[in-house]
Amino acid sequence: MNVERNVVCTFCGCLCDDINLTIEDNRIVKVEKACGNGRGLFEGYDPVPKRPKIMGTEASYQEAVNEASRILKSARYPLIYGLSSTSSEAQRMTVQLAELIGASIDSTSSVCHGPTGLAMQAVGEPTCTLGEIKNRADLLIFWGCNPLVTHSRHFARYSAMPKGRFVPEGRRDRKVIVVDVRRSETAKSADMFLQIKQGCDFEVLLALKALVMGRSLDAVEVGGIPVKLLQQLAGEMKACRYGVIFFGMGLTMTKGRDLNVRGVLSLVRELNDHTRFSALPMRGHGNVTGADQVMSWLCGYPFAVNYSRGYPRYGPGEFTAVDLLCSGEADCMLVIASDPAAHFPAPAVRHMETIPVIAIDPMESLTAAKASVYFPTAMYGVDCEGTAYRMDGVALRLKAPLKRQRPSDEEVLQALIEGVKSC
Amino acid sequence: MLIIKGGQVYDPANGVNGEAKDIYIKDGKVIKAQKDEACEVTVIDARGMIVMPGGVDMHAHVAGSKVNTGRKLCPEDHYEHFRIAEKGLRSGAGSRVPTTFLTAYRYVEMGYTTVVEAASAPLVTRHTHEELQDMPVLDKAILITMGNNEILMDMISQGRFDEARDVMAWLLNSTGGYGVKVVNPGGVENWKWGGNVQSWDDEVKYFGLTSRKLLDALVRSADSLKLPHPVHLHGLNLGVPGNAETTIEVIKDIQGRLHLCHLQFLSYAKDKKGRMHSGASAVMEAFNKCSNVTMDVGQIVFGNAVTMTSDGPLEYRIQKMTGHKWCNDDVECETGGGIVPMEYKIKSVASAVQWITGMELFLLAKDPWRVALTTDHPNAGPFFCYPQVIRLLMDKDYRNHFISLLPPKAFKGSVIKDLDREYSLYEIAIITRAAPAKILGLREKGHLGEGADGDVAIYDPRKFGLRGCICNFKDCRRALDFPAWVIKGGDIVVKDGKLLKEFPGRVYRVAPDFDRSIEEKIREDFEKYYTLSFENYPVQEDYLKGSKEVACI
Amino acid sequence: MSDESFSVICTLITGRTLEQAKGMHGGKTEEEYKQAVDKAFLSPEVLDKLSLKEGDEAIFKTSYGQVRVRVYADAGLPSDVVFVPMGPTANALVGSDTDGSGMPSFKGLQVEVSKP
Repeated sequence: MNVERNVVCTFCGCLCDDINLTIEDNRIVKVEKACGNGRGLFEGYDPVPKRPKIMGTEASYQEAVNEASRILKSARYPLIYGLSSTSSEAQRMTVQLAELIGASIDSTSSVCHGPTGLAMQAVGEPTCTLGEIKNRADLLIFWGCNPLVTHSRHFARYSAMPKGRFVPEGRRDRKVIVVDVRRSETAKSADMFLQIKQGCDFEVLLALKALVMGRSLDAVEVGGIPVKLLQQLAGEMKACRYGVIFFGMGLTMTKGRDLNVRGVLSLVRELNDHTRFSALPMRGHGNVTGADQVMSWLCGYPFAVNYSRGYPRYGPGEFTAVDLLCSGEADCMLVIASDPAAHFPAPAVRHMETIPVIAIDPMESLTAAKASVYFPTAMYGVDCEGTAYRMDGVALRLKAPLKRQRPSDEEVLQALIEGVKSC
Repeated sequence: MLIIKGGQVYDPANGVNGEAKDIYIKDGKVIKAQKDEACEVTVIDARGMIVMPGGVDMHAHVAGSKVNTGRKLCPEDHYEHFRIAEKGLRSGAGSRVPTTFLTAYRYVEMGYTTVVEAASAPLVTRHTHEELQDMPVLDKAILITMGNNEILMDMISQGRFDEARDVMAWLLNSTGGYGVKVVNPGGVENWKWGGNVQSWDDEVKYFGLTSRKLLDALVRSADSLKLPHPVHLHGLNLGVPGNAETTIEVIKDIQGRLHLCHLQFLSYAKDKKGRMHSGASAVMEAFNKCSNVTMDVGQIVFGNAVTMTSDGPLEYRIQKMTGHKWCNDDVECETGGGIVPMEYKIKSVASAVQWITGMELFLLAKDPWRVALTTDHPNAGPFFCYPQVIRLLMDKDYRNHFISLLPPKAFKGSVIKDLDREYSLYEIAIITRAAPAKILGLREKGHLGEGADGDVAIYDPRKFGLRGCICNFKDCRRALDFPAWVIKGGDIVVKDGKLLKEFPGRVYRVAPDFDRSIEEKIREDFEKYYTLSFENYPVQEDYLKGSKEVACI
Repeated sequence: MSDESFSVICTLITGRTLEQAKGMHGGKTEEEYKQAVDKAFLSPEVLDKLSLKEGDEAIFKTSYGQVRVRVYADAGLPSDVVFVPMGPTANALVGSDTDGSGMPSFKGLQVEVSKP
């Protein structure tokens, strides 16, 4: 029995790296410091060897590689999707494979913070690493996100609670404001909650920017929020020492998508004329930030890339996974470290059922259960080493507290690269 | 064994100035001429060609967090500049912020074999190493930003200079870095409260020290550690009219070795109305006298650029001035930074003044051994325009034609019209190879003497300018581009300007000795102020495979 | 055609819940996950208006699809917003339209909630 200290948890974009695991007989028997989501990731994880499956029937590793290579090689418009729950080393190989077979490649960003990337490409992004919040931030605004559910240690370890160099009293030195359509778990913990009418974020953000700029509004309420309250909020934002807006799917998934995020980013830009302010997207999956980074440094674009012409082309709305599936264009799909069968709209899942799907995943996900070829692999940060990028872009090294008994994502990808080359 | 026969060799470090000489390379190293019946011999016929050591770029932003944010920020930079994957080589896209493989391929196809990533915060250097792994063939090194590091500022303000020196050493060891980068010392920390530093005696808020005290301590520490490369300084007031004053002050006052980067941006004078003009004459008068100071120029190239620096307040100012999209990133406890795309227009007085300033720095320099050619890629211009800058330095007719295109108002306070100096090939070899290698302290680079790394660029002078400029600037003329051959570590990698193959390059790093007890001393503060465990902070061995340690002697 | 007191037009939002995340760890083919995602949350007022008790089934219909799910109260919801945890049930209601961004309409669709 041994204790592994300072292990990185890969459940969400927080990448908490202070987790202690007690390991016995290559199983995790105790998890310390992790939140419920993280505990679920470590507890009960089974590194036991599992055979790949072809059409639901167990097969040898080589048979699965051959079949998957054949599928990829013969596809005319293959789609590679996922990436966000594996290491950057595996993500780099995924891009290499996409380039080799002329595939479209897209990460879960397209159904998460892809719109944030689009907004950033239009207006830029004033941001910071998480430590600046701990050390300086005295005003926190959570807009369209619910960290108590999605990033459960965010408040305690990174934002509301921590005592920092210039925020010695921690929570007492900070004001927490939540803007949401419903009184969520996070809203209940806030000092101030503004309930916004669903779909009105863009107008409210623009109104706030106007108020910050000193303009007056010819309205009594905007988006269900009284202008008096917005004036109060604008005042608090200008008067703080260092403010931060965290934002999430409430902005990216709703009408307006990237325009809503533009609203946040240009408001924060304006605020930097009055005080210091940063914006931070609440990145969901453990290494979706890594997928963004890897695709940016290899393809030049963070998601929605196509290699049909032998070089990377950018096409949100065209090369994004949901669009390629719903249009019926993708004739084959490789899914790595993601479960679109569970998370994609029904029309996309229906199309997936008509094309060969290759799944690479430590767990038998809904996608893997229906796949033509399924490779059960080791999980990054549990029984496989690698690199992952935190929601603020800081890269951390993942240990492998358990001994690996299944192939890594990298090994399977390498085998597919060679398999396709020799087909 | 590889023999390069009959070329005109320019190897200033060994006093070779264009003489016809054969170069022998074996096992990756330059050796004395010899007959060796035993091994296979490849001969390159270099008659009529210029043979130089591979180029050394000592200051470019090519890999890591800030650069990658720049790539993501500017998709429009990539649409029309791309490379198709073929023959075992990878694809890529981008011109000012190219993807990693494309960056490496382009440098090598220009005859460059060593590139230094100019700025990487310790906290995010793991990322820098990952990107450099995807930048093959080139040898690389990373400069680690320390000029706004809170642990260091605490110690220096408390007078704990020996411990500060140990922290510097610990940071270099913990990051796999090569040198110390200092950007706007104290100014970036002040920016985190909306302020800045404008003079060397301005205070760093809450830390109880001045910019001057901070820089002095860092320079002393670097010299005490015998780092091969001196502190690499991006000074105060970059881009501000009149900043030549703070530049001249640091040149005169600094005790110890100092490298001033992209000095063009820091050499402006101003008239009574506050408008900027070239201050290069005054700067070079001071610079020429102080042999402890070196510089790279950061020459402007007209066209699009992407400004990206750790100088947060500078990028905020650029954003206010241009109205362009703006990224800012405050990095906890260490530094900050920003990115704003820009354009240098030949008809703009400000851009023209900047161009003139850089040219004057080159032309007024008395000792080319203290000067390196850069464009602070991608801040002042893209690295693939070095051949244009070289042509401007070597060909005064071309330079004068260029000058005729600039707005007349830009010439106030300038002497450039009176400068008819032309750099010789020997001097170009100094400022693009021998000098940067020497200033960096990379003893096996930048020359072709016995023991040097077998990194060679062979240019056919008949083909200068044949490969068009990829930025469609109609007045672009080029020299020393389109190499006939490029050899890296004895391997032929480029033939007729085209890359033949790739393999991993090496990352050079330093590992100065230090008192290990410093780790325990800083652990408590570290865990108080950072957001990751002390144990997880250093760049692990996994990222340093194949790296090469350069001794601190 | 729906009887007015038996159907309400609301806005649909989908998203994470702690229960859904916990269910994922056990595996998405397991009962715990299915229980976590095959449900919906309404404000107490809407439950009332439709004469539904917690645990009753209701029909949710968007222009893309229709599901029948058990409903529960969430007092934090405004009366015109309903919440379905992310998963296959939610996705049966979400269509292919991404407005050219790649992002489907996971939040903001008009949904008709009716008592079966």
